[in-house]
Amino acid sequence: MANVVLKLGDDISTDIIYPGRFMATVLPIETPQYAFADLLAFNSQLQAGAIPRGSVIVAGKNFGCGSSREQAASCLKGPELVIVAQHFARIFLQNSINLGLRTVICPDLEAEMGDEIEVTEEKVLNKTSGKSSPIVPLPEARQAIIEAGGLIAFTRQRLLQQQEKI
Amino acid sequence: MAMTMVEKILAQATGRGSTQAGDVVEPRVDLAMSHENAALVLNQFHEIYQGTGLDARVWDPQKIAIIFDHRVPAESSKTATNQKKVREFVGKQGITKFHDIRGDEGGICHQILPENGYVRPGTVVVGTDSHTTSHGALGAFAFGIGATEMASVWALGSVLNVEVPATIKVLVHGEFRRNVLPKDLILYLIGQLTAEGANFKVIEFHGEAIARMPTSGRLTICNMSVEAGATSGIVPPDTETLRYLKDVAGVEEDPSLFGPDPDAVYERIVEIDASTLVPQIACPHTVDNVRTVDAIAGTAVQQIVIGSCTNGRLDDIAIAAEILQGKKVARGVRMLVFPASGRIFREAMKAGYLMTLMDAGAIIANSGCGPCLGVHQGALGNGEVALSTTNRNFKGRMGNPNSEVYLCSPAVAAASALTGVITDPRTES
Repeated sequence: MANVVLKLGDDISTDIIYPGRFMATVLPIETPQYAFADLLAFNSQLQAGAIPRGSVIVAGKNFGCGSSREQAASCLKGPELVIVAQHFARIFLQNSINLGLRTVICPDLEAEMGDEIEVTEEKVLNKTSGKSSPIVPLPEARQAIIEAGGLIAFTRQRLLQQQEKI
Repeated sequence: MAMTMVEKILAQATGRGSTQAGDVVEPRVDLAMSHENAALVLNQFHEIYQGTGLDARVWDPQKIAIIFDHRVPAESSKTATNQKKVREFVGKQGITKFHDIRGDEGGICHQILPENGYVRPGTVVVGTDSHTTSHGALGAFAFGIGATEMASVWALGSVLNVEVPATIKVLVHGEFRRNVLPKDLILYLIGQLTAEGANFKVIEFHGEAIARMPTSGRLTICNMSVEAGATSGIVPPDTETLRYLKDVAGVEEDPSLFGPDPDAVYERIVEIDASTLVPQIACPHTVDNVRTVDAIAGTAVQQIVIGSCTNGRLDDIAIAAEILQGKKVARGVRMLVFPASGRIFREAMKAGYLMTLMDAGAIIANSGCGPCLGVHQGALGNGEVALSTTNRNFKGRMGNPNSEVYLCSPAVAAASALTGVITDPRTES
């Protein structure tokens, strides 16, 4: 169970999620302080620890378009936010899967700020409105990375398998 | 089985007879490029090896390229320290394609790679930069990835779980009119496709206008393919590709050239007549918010930027110099020019372009990405407007969310520098 803490439109770019001027900061433990840095109210709530883990950001089409900067995924992964969007830009989606940021593709979602949301395997249930909307599952190939616990763990497994073969 | 350009490249890179859109493959990588964000890549790379008992060595130090370009020379102690860490890693691992902050061999990664012959037709190129799509200009399948994905490539030499993308074929007929440039073509196309129209897809460019386009222009259109969401842009290699590789990039051996099969299956085909194109402007705050120059002419601007991986090449600077020759940048307008590489900088000096531009009032900055993404120099003040030949106009892109960025060709930028308002370069005499 979680609430919508931020509602955004279409084409939210990585410059909005993680502005370029903070790109010299790279480590995942340091990036959350700059998440949505130019959305001042949201950023200060996040920094104050006023946003519970698992809270939901709702967005429209093409969330995460633009740069390949991984900070845009790691800054949201730190506070364990869940992103529910109509669909995602390719590199952002892949970065999220690689880092274990929960991204949910839900083309028909209707939700407002504060709505109570439950995400299951197949659908997003808006408990406030009572409506449920189906999720588009991730391709199997991506699922394997999530199941391994992210790309670092997945690659580590692969390296060790290669080593055994030698 | 008939294949598109990228299906063929991926078949080759996976040792399979064929691949089709939708297949999941693990292609071997021919070139893996990073810039300053190599600092994050190497952090993730070491994490992969944690607890394995294995020595953390990159798979092939000759296939990794690292180019410092985003914040050069360093704008902060943090950046300088990251660059130092990367430099140490490069030395320890024996990475050969390293371009430090230098006037002789430094520059923007998407210019350094082609001009040094690192990119070959038919190969797989990955880069921790979304504009890695640029290298499709030489017939490679080149796409952007994140830092952790790159760490995985450094370890394994392949990209895990790549879905073979579907391809949109773009056929460009006819001939460009005077002062209508490849930038206008790609802005027009992005406007047509929208910012998400090519998400998870490849744009393959064909037609007589592409055949006549030099590699510099092909780099511009492939570079900005990502702004329609594309995984990559690609131009099937031809005689122009061979000319560039031999004469500009100094490649001695003959590359093997192949194109798509004539009966390849495309998701859709878009046809454009270059002769009807007019200068295009991407208006704030999305790149697909494209209008023709006459619809927006007269808008006042305070900063003009010519440069970046999109339009910082010699012919871009030449057009600007031609338009500004013997004239003055309007008062109240700052004009910034940053050539895409040290080599281009020196060529532009020799040709006299930089002198012409400085005489007109422009500032010449060193090669780098800084102003384009608001990380280093050229930030905008509150309420200011920039007109730029760079690739993105997202809110806050030039370092200030309370400013606006319009995108255009170098001809529009130069013509507008003279007037201080967005100006059609076809009317500026």
